[in-house]
Amino acid sequence: MQSATASYVSIADLKSSHNALATPIETPAPGGGCGTHGGEGKASCGSSGGPDDMPQEIWDKVKNHPCYSEEAHHHYARMHVAVAPACNIQCNYCNRKYDCSNESRPGVVSQKLTPEQAVKKVVAVASEIPQMTVLGIAGPGDSLASPTKTFATFKMLQEQAPDIKLCLSTNGLALPELVDEICKYNIDHVTITINMVDPAVGEKIYPWIFWNHKRVTGYEAAKILHEQQMKGLEMLTARGVLTKINSVLIPGINDEHMIEVNKAVKARGAFLHNIMPLISEPEHGTYFGLNGQRGPTAQELKAVQDACMGGANLMRHCRQCRADAVGLLGEDRSKEFTLDKIEEMEVVYDLDRRRSYQDKVEAERQAQHDAKVEALASQAKIELDENIKVLVAVATKGGGRVNEHFGHVTEFQIFEVSSKEALFVGHRRVDQYCQGGFGDDEQLPSVVRAINDCHAVLVAKIGACPKDELKSAGIEPIDGYVDEFIEKAALSWFADYASRIASGEIVHVARGDAAIRQGAYTAAA
Amino acid sequence: MSLTIVADLCTGCSACEPECPNDAISEKKNIFVIDPELCTECEGHYDDPQCLAVCPVDDCIVPLAA
Repeated sequence: MQSATASYVSIADLKSSHNALATPIETPAPGGGCGTHGGEGKASCGSSGGPDDMPQEIWDKVKNHPCYSEEAHHHYARMHVAVAPACNIQCNYCNRKYDCSNESRPGVVSQKLTPEQAVKKVVAVASEIPQMTVLGIAGPGDSLASPTKTFATFKMLQEQAPDIKLCLSTNGLALPELVDEICKYNIDHVTITINMVDPAVGEKIYPWIFWNHKRVTGYEAAKILHEQQMKGLEMLTARGVLTKINSVLIPGINDEHMIEVNKAVKARGAFLHNIMPLISEPEHGTYFGLNGQRGPTAQELKAVQDACMGGANLMRHCRQCRADAVGLLGEDRSKEFTLDKIEEMEVVYDLDRRRSYQDKVEAERQAQHDAKVEALASQAKIELDENIKVLVAVATKGGGRVNEHFGHVTEFQIFEVSSKEALFVGHRRVDQYCQGGFGDDEQLPSVVRAINDCHAVLVAKIGACPKDELKSAGIEPIDGYVDEFIEKAALSWFADYASRIASGEIVHVARGDAAIRQGAYTAAA
Repeated sequence: MSLTIVADLCTGCSACEPECPNDAISEKKNIFVIDPELCTECEGHYDDPQCLAVCPVDDCIVPLAA
């Protein structure tokens, strides 16, 4: 299995050629992950490379982790267990009272679990879903505000399911005092939510923290939190623990500041930086939601992510999942594993069965990877206008191919395409347009809004009506590349697009902005 | 003197439970309750009542009406 993985590319194809920073930023602390060394071509895990540009021991840590490897997330699943409901800080984008099972966002959970119940659930899921390789504790509060429950869960799991990778996410306030405990349980992935590196920005995001038996507010609170976060990150880096930094992008508050956050975390050895859009709807009841603070548009989010591309590796495939999510990223099978259902399951933890299944997954992944490399190598180079870059939405149900019906899409993959390359830049969630064979006319405009910044949408099939609607919105519906690899299809379409521009048949015009889907995720799971 | 948790507002997050120096807080039917016999509003232990300082919901923890 080791040798078979040697030629994998970890992440679709985020090349680092888009280096938005003119000069490499500060030298990072030693011990960081792949691609934290700065410069062209080294941005591997959030980007293009694979085992070739990172030490083997780091590749071994990330290759099966869906959150740390974009490629792995198509093949391996994760789950969160909600054992840590308490929190030690208040964030203006979080409201702990809200729980809607139709909705997917961090901090939300339907059923909190004791450590014993959590372990039972993990073992049940791992038996049922052998590609489930990662268990995370992500709240619904802060995993380190209830350290006893969090570590009790890890301890039991290590004994009962030793092959499952353990990770946790935290706001960082209690991190420095618990780093040694974290290392005890072989937790080799830690996510820290860092939204600022300047307390003046932080006091607009965090109304208070609970610190040394006091509620601390304002600038002082943000300063303490910031210092703890930086210290915790440095300590993890020094111990060789891979870190992912989550940052919530809040327009008008930390959007211009995000590049500073990126530089600061990169300098301290962060492995990945995940810049996520603020989720802010009044019905969520958060301070931001109730006070009209909006989330970023698709273009605003992408601009900030692009500006940070020279720094720490960017994660672009985050789905902002719930604190009790189960399954592949973007899917949630938690309803199959509620406490009463687990009680009825006959669970046998069969390590050999899991291993042999995972070997099959690896073989399939390798085959897919090889086929893609081959397909791209045979792709004719386009010699046309090099300055044009456009976004293309892709309907896929997996395998890296254009293979989904437009009406069945609940999530488009977005690629940035030029004459040189097709780069994965993110996902867009939409409500399923076609339910039961009939297009729902009320859904279509929201789908168009979600991909309004795209020049084309590549699909396996599309009805006449949505086709016309897309055309009138200026988006080309393309169904001529069925089952092709996405990158190859996107480049072929681009060659055609460019030749039509060259011949004067069409004129290239820039697209407008798109809306990031908010609110309840009610599409079929 | 004692504090009390407003049942309708409690989210059951459990943040208050381990902070109480008197072990006066316990879980009942997914929410938390304060034993008025044990609660001292943290006098003699801390400057501020700990449960009140850590609770994420405004007005969830209030003085117990006499």
